Amino acid sequence: MSRAPLLEVRGVSKRFPGVLALDRVSLSLGHGEILAVIGENGAGKSTLMKVLAGVQHQDKGDVLVDGEPAAIDSVNAAYDRGIVLIHQELNLCGNLDVASNVYLGREPRRHGLIDHKTMRTQAQACIAKVGLDVKVSTLVERLPIGRQQLVEIAKALSVDARVLIMDEPTSSLSTRETETLFAVIEDLCASGVSIVYISHRLAEVKRLAHRVVVLRDGHNAGELARDEIEHDAMVRLMVGRDVSQFYARKPHEPGAVALEAEDIVVPGGAPEPISLRVHAREIVGIAGLVGAGRSELIETLFGVTPAVRGHLRVGGTDVRISSPKDAIAAGLALVPEDRKQSGLVLEMAVRENVSLPSLEREARRAFIDKRAEREVAGRMIADLGIKTRDDRQVVKDLSGGNQQKVVLAKWLALAPRVLLLDEPTRGIDIGAKHEIYALMERLAADGVAVLFISSEMEEILGISDRVLVMHEGRIAGELGRGELDEEAVMQLATGGQPART
Amino acid sequence: MKKILGITTLLIVVVAATAALSPNFLTAYNVQNIIRWSALFGILSVGVAFVIVTGGIDLSIGSVVGLVGCTLAMLLNPIDERPPGWAWKSVFQIQGCIAIVAAVIWGLARFYGRSRGSGRRLLWLGLAGAALFAAGRYAPGFDLPAWLHLPFVVLWVLALSLQIGLLHGLLITKIGLQPFVVTLCGLLFYRGLTRWVAADQTQGFGSGFTGLRKLATGKLPLTDDFALPVPAIALAVLAILSGVLLNKTIFGRYMLALGRNETATRYSGIDTDRYVILAYAICSLLAGIGGILFALDINSIQPSGHGNFYELYAIAAAVLGGCSLRGGEGSILGVVIGAAVMRVLYNAINVLGIPTQLEFAIIGLVILGGVIADELVKRLAAKRRAARQARDPA
Repeated sequence: MSRAPLLEVRGVSKRFPGVLALDRVSLSLGHGEILAVIGENGAGKSTLMKVLAGVQHQDKGDVLVDGEPAAIDSVNAAYDRGIVLIHQELNLCGNLDVASNVYLGREPRRHGLIDHKTMRTQAQACIAKVGLDVKVSTLVERLPIGRQQLVEIAKALSVDARVLIMDEPTSSLSTRETETLFAVIEDLCASGVSIVYISHRLAEVKRLAHRVVVLRDGHNAGELARDEIEHDAMVRLMVGRDVSQFYARKPHEPGAVALEAEDIVVPGGAPEPISLRVHAREIVGIAGLVGAGRSELIETLFGVTPAVRGHLRVGGTDVRISSPKDAIAAGLALVPEDRKQSGLVLEMAVRENVSLPSLEREARRAFIDKRAEREVAGRMIADLGIKTRDDRQVVKDLSGGNQQKVVLAKWLALAPRVLLLDEPTRGIDIGAKHEIYALMERLAADGVAVLFISSEMEEILGISDRVLVMHEGRIAGELGRGELDEEAVMQLATGGQPART
Repeated sequence: MKKILGITTLLIVVVAATAALSPNFLTAYNVQNIIRWSALFGILSVGVAFVIVTGGIDLSIGSVVGLVGCTLAMLLNPIDERPPGWAWKSVFQIQGCIAIVAAVIWGLARFYGRSRGSGRRLLWLGLAGAALFAAGRYAPGFDLPAWLHLPFVVLWVLALSLQIGLLHGLLITKIGLQPFVVTLCGLLFYRGLTRWVAADQTQGFGSGFTGLRKLATGKLPLTDDFALPVPAIALAVLAILSGVLLNKTIFGRYMLALGRNETATRYSGIDTDRYVILAYAICSLLAGIGGILFALDINSIQPSGHGNFYELYAIAAAVLGGCSLRGGEGSILGVVIGAAVMRVLYNAINVLGIPTQLEFAIIGLVILGGVIADELVKRLAAKRRAARQARDPA
């Protein structure tokens, strides 16, 4: 085929003050191709995508569209060439309806006023292309996140996108929503649209990508053709060394019951009561689809949304938990799902974040014990290997993995009996993930009861001693170490019966 | 320290420029006047800084200054036209109402699961309110021993201002109303209440209470020709206490944290509602202290006008002093200097003979300029920090 590639990047470099974010990176994208770009956090993926989408401009190198050099110096210039970036965090106005979102900033007009009729008809056609079957007059905030994602894609298609760049599109989707998205992506490819797909989820990459480009420290680390795409090969290129297949865990002998919930009813959840037990030295995973009520359950245990009914026992004693304060007093700790929203005060220093829950305990008559604060922060930074300039660095400036470690450090300073974690490794790179697993493991070995939610099957299967699977607000079943496999978990998560043998 | 560098520079520049242009500026009399007024406004500004740190706002300060000033004068020096005990009756009834409303809010919040205060405490609060209200009826016969009268009255009006702050805090945290709305209603409500209680009559202390009035008008001779106005001492004490509270205690740390991210702070096991309420209580209490001093200083308190716009001066000083209206940022020293800048500007306009019609325009422009400069410096610093970080990644 003599046709020039749709998009070609040749030796693009981008220097930020003092750091070379992109170092002569090259790649090409064919018509109707799905190209996955992977790499650890900080490898330069985002910068490259921003250059392509006109958000930033490269210092050196060329971007070619249809074989012609193209100066993409603004988002609109990228649009004109059919290149659209869909950000990880969706850029939609929840208070507007689907049609208005699809045509935001490009509303069809008549006599200077918005022509709602035309807009709705055209928007309906657009969303039909991505298999979205809702009314275009629906408010976006009423749609589940997976469908919002489709609205974003429809928006991109409405500007005649030829290249769709998707940054971690599945990070907040359920398995079913992910499947729908994949079907849409494959349809788009068949119709000639090319996709640049960025993901941390290697299983998805393997499933979807025609070709993989791996970036490491700002330069090309390698490329894998369709039949070479394997988990290990990708990891090897990403980290530049061999990593063991997955986390190698040692099973522990569970101790006494540390946390016991008896017939608790989650507010706004299923009417049936939930009971569960977690033992000391045990890691229990909660699997299930997004929306199965896992986060709600854990937030109820932690007192964020106190239980309507039921009893909680920690270490055998009855406790009444109606606020996080009560939960912490009882020996519980929660690493929440959204660390930026609920886990950290981003503009505060590492030290101040680490000390926040333990400040009162360390204080002398309401006066902050600054020496103890510094000491605890220093210990935690060393202990958890938090990469930070010093303990006064603002948490916002840390990488995702290090931010998550700060959240953990907050709680470890309190030595909790029960550690609750909600998607503890979301959006962090492989290296940091493994450190978090090792930490969970170490805590369990030290006698802490660990209860964690995860949407990543590898994680659920890899580190749990026991798995609870939730479906529509109920615990649909429990799987011991011996009965754990992907199929059994999915059966329960989707409402089926476990195939017992 | 870096935070107050800008505002200190601004203060020095304005002082130097005015001194260069007018020989009347740096006279002992004028400087003492500026210090006294800066101190009075500074007290209000320090109060509002706490609220701003938590990400809120208090628009009712001026009206609280008016209410406290009027009731203080009425209780100490009643005008004959009113029936005897009228002042006490009104104050008791206001306080009774506030307590009952607070009990109702708390009850509602408990009912909707926003609060878990014990039922008995609630009942006591309601009963106390009813008792206060009832006590108002017997207030005409309410007479205190002479030596107790003065301290009792002062404490009582301070208690009134504290109650107002608690009420604001409760409405904001337990019912979830927006601070702007709650305190805007407060601004209107307390002003109306003041005018009604005082029947729109100008209140004052006459020629009496000279000892008490020294608190506001007195001066402490330092050298032969310079004396420190007493309010400056009051401000110094309050500012130091506030600085310690904000920077050295867990309460201050919690306020700073929840001002940045209330959810994360609550998830860290901190009862954020409690500290928001505390911030509003401090703010209104300082407005009450300021209100007493303003009343003693002016000695001619018009119910409809006394304290008007003071909340805006206080907020402007706090913002100039480095408080971000987004919350989570603030320095007490900066706020005090901010209040001084406001007063120096005001005074400069007078001594320089600039038409006073332009007063607001000039103050507005200088504040705007100050905030813009601050923003630019901040961006520059952020850029440099990013560059440095990029050079040696952590």
